[in-house]
Amino acid sequence: MRSIEELEAISRQLRIRSLRMIAKANSGHPGGSLSSAELVAALYFGVLNYRVGDPTWAARDRFVLSKGHCVPVLYAALAEAGALEDEELETLRMIDSRLQGHPDHVRLPYMEAATGSLGQGLSVAVGMALAERLDTENDYRTYCLLGDGELQAGQVWEAAMSGGKFGLGKLTAIVDYNKVQLDGYVRNIMDLEPLPDKFTSFGWHTQEVDGHDLRAILQALENGAAREDRPSMIIAHTVKGKGVSFMEDTAAWHGKAPTADELERAVAEITGTQAA
Amino acid sequence: MAKATRAAFGEALASVGETHPKVVVVDADLSCSTNTRKFADAFPDRFIQMGIAEGNMVSAAAGLALGGMVPFAASFACFITGRFEQIRVSVGYNNANVKIVGTHAGCGIGEDGYTQMGLEDLAVMRSLPNMVVVQPGDGIEAYKATEFLADYVGPAYLRLTRQALPDINDASSYSFDFGKGVELREGKDVAIVASGGVVGYALEAAENLAKEGIDAAVVNIHTIKPIDVALLQKLAASTGRILTVEDHGVVGGLGSAVLEALSETPDVVIRTHGVRGYGQSGTHAQLYDRHRLDANGIAQTTKEFVWPERAEATG
Ligand SMILES: Cc1ncc(C[n+]2csc(CCOP(=O)(O)OP(=O)(O)O)c2C)c(N)n1
Repeated sequence: MRSIEELEAISRQLRIRSLRMIAKANSGHPGGSLSSAELVAALYFGVLNYRVGDPTWAARDRFVLSKGHCVPVLYAALAEAGALEDEELETLRMIDSRLQGHPDHVRLPYMEAATGSLGQGLSVAVGMALAERLDTENDYRTYCLLGDGELQAGQVWEAAMSGGKFGLGKLTAIVDYNKVQLDGYVRNIMDLEPLPDKFTSFGWHTQEVDGHDLRAILQALENGAAREDRPSMIIAHTVKGKGVSFMEDTAAWHGKAPTADELERAVAEITGTQAA
Repeated sequence: MAKATRAAFGEALASVGETHPKVVVVDADLSCSTNTRKFADAFPDRFIQMGIAEGNMVSAAAGLALGGMVPFAASFACFITGRFEQIRVSVGYNNANVKIVGTHAGCGIGEDGYTQMGLEDLAVMRSLPNMVVVQPGDGIEAYKATEFLADYVGPAYLRLTRQALPDINDASSYSFDFGKGVELREGKDVAIVASGGVVGYALEAAENLAKEGIDAAVVNIHTIKPIDVALLQKLAASTGRILTVEDHGVVGGLGSAVLEALSETPDVVIRTHGVRGYGQSGTHAQLYDRHRLDANGIAQTTKEFVWPERAEATG
């Protein structure tokens, strides 16, 4: 198990790699990739059971990135884990690349499911958790990361209802609650509150956590897994664009690539060095 | 000039808002991309932000229409027509006066990849008995088509591009003639029947083909449903060969509409050309090259169609 300091360092790397990839591709979604860095680091370097080089290993834990537009942070984690070569990261969004603009399960089996049309991932994760229950040979957990804007989709609540009904104790969902979506603030577009009450009433074990505090995230993941009778929902309070001052808490950086100069300033901020 | 048809739509919508007090707009967290933002800023009371909830948006639009309003419901083509069950029952079967607007049509959107591409939208929207389907080929047409649809009563689908398109029409003289194909170029060897973002490329292809000895007519079909059967029959008679070209899956779109329209017309061979397989990421230019939807690709496809022996010989 890695130390908190190591996980923090990995989170910084995930941010930098995400931004470099997006800058190289000259398109993509920095805001929601940056807000998820600690969540993805905690999953891929803290709790997920998987084998590099063997993405279809039957007993692996499943991770569905329901907010598929933030896939750069997932590619970054796979590179950090050694499952993708650094050079391949440079092919993000290029023709014939396995690193499609949104997760492509067929080209890249490390992507557990195609996403990018928001609202579907939690349902797929519910199905995976049901499959695990029917699978007499393999034991695993299924994880799913959702966007807060994404929670406006009705299908998410259909999935939540079914997760509760089936008492899917081996399902953990995390909401990257960064308060910003594409057109602006979530609370102005379609408010979600009272969010924890909603999931609790749907039969989920629900926790709120600071989504940039790795210790708290790991603790919440553990607490959620301890409840075997119901699915676990972790509402992670985060900052969109976290780690880069000019990208923080704004819809302007939802889906826009940084210029070379902006990238340089961003990387300097993340590493804590001063830009010249 | 070059302009995205979604941009022209956004301008027209804001202007229609002035003259049509019953026009309202519903959008699902994409107002900056669909270009309904202009209308939203000008008429905040008549702009309804639904969040990322397209199914709710479509049925609520039907409710607005049944309550006497004239709603335009906009999102990416894939997301809005992906709520087909809501469209078929809430909008279609109710004969609700909803204008469904799908932007980011086709593989032409580029880097975002398949999940953001409208590639099956024409297939499903054409299937509803009372749904009319309009796809403008440039900004001038998109502006006029939007004005037309604000007055048209009944369910309608408007399909728009993300990318800028060169003008194919003359702004000073253009009038949008619903249901009528537009003959942009005459020719006797083959008729290239195109719609949407590829019409400009079809024209370019025809000009290049003329130098090589193929005389190709080019027709812009902005109204895919109801399609201009009389014009298609005329082209069938005058050329005997029709090539349909569209940035949409090759099943169910313009090509299928033309095949259906001419299924009983003798002495015409029809070839359909569109996107095959799932889309993927890439630049617009790379994807149009791959799917042979740029001027060169359309010209090559036309040659293979008109000169099958020679195409084989030249590989
Ligand atoms: C069904 C659907 N509708 C619309 C979109 C377009 N879209 C992509 S990202 C996005 C905003 C997502 O916001 P949020 O879920 O909060 O994600 P994050 O802030 O973490 O990036 C939208 C509307 C989509 N991908 N899928």
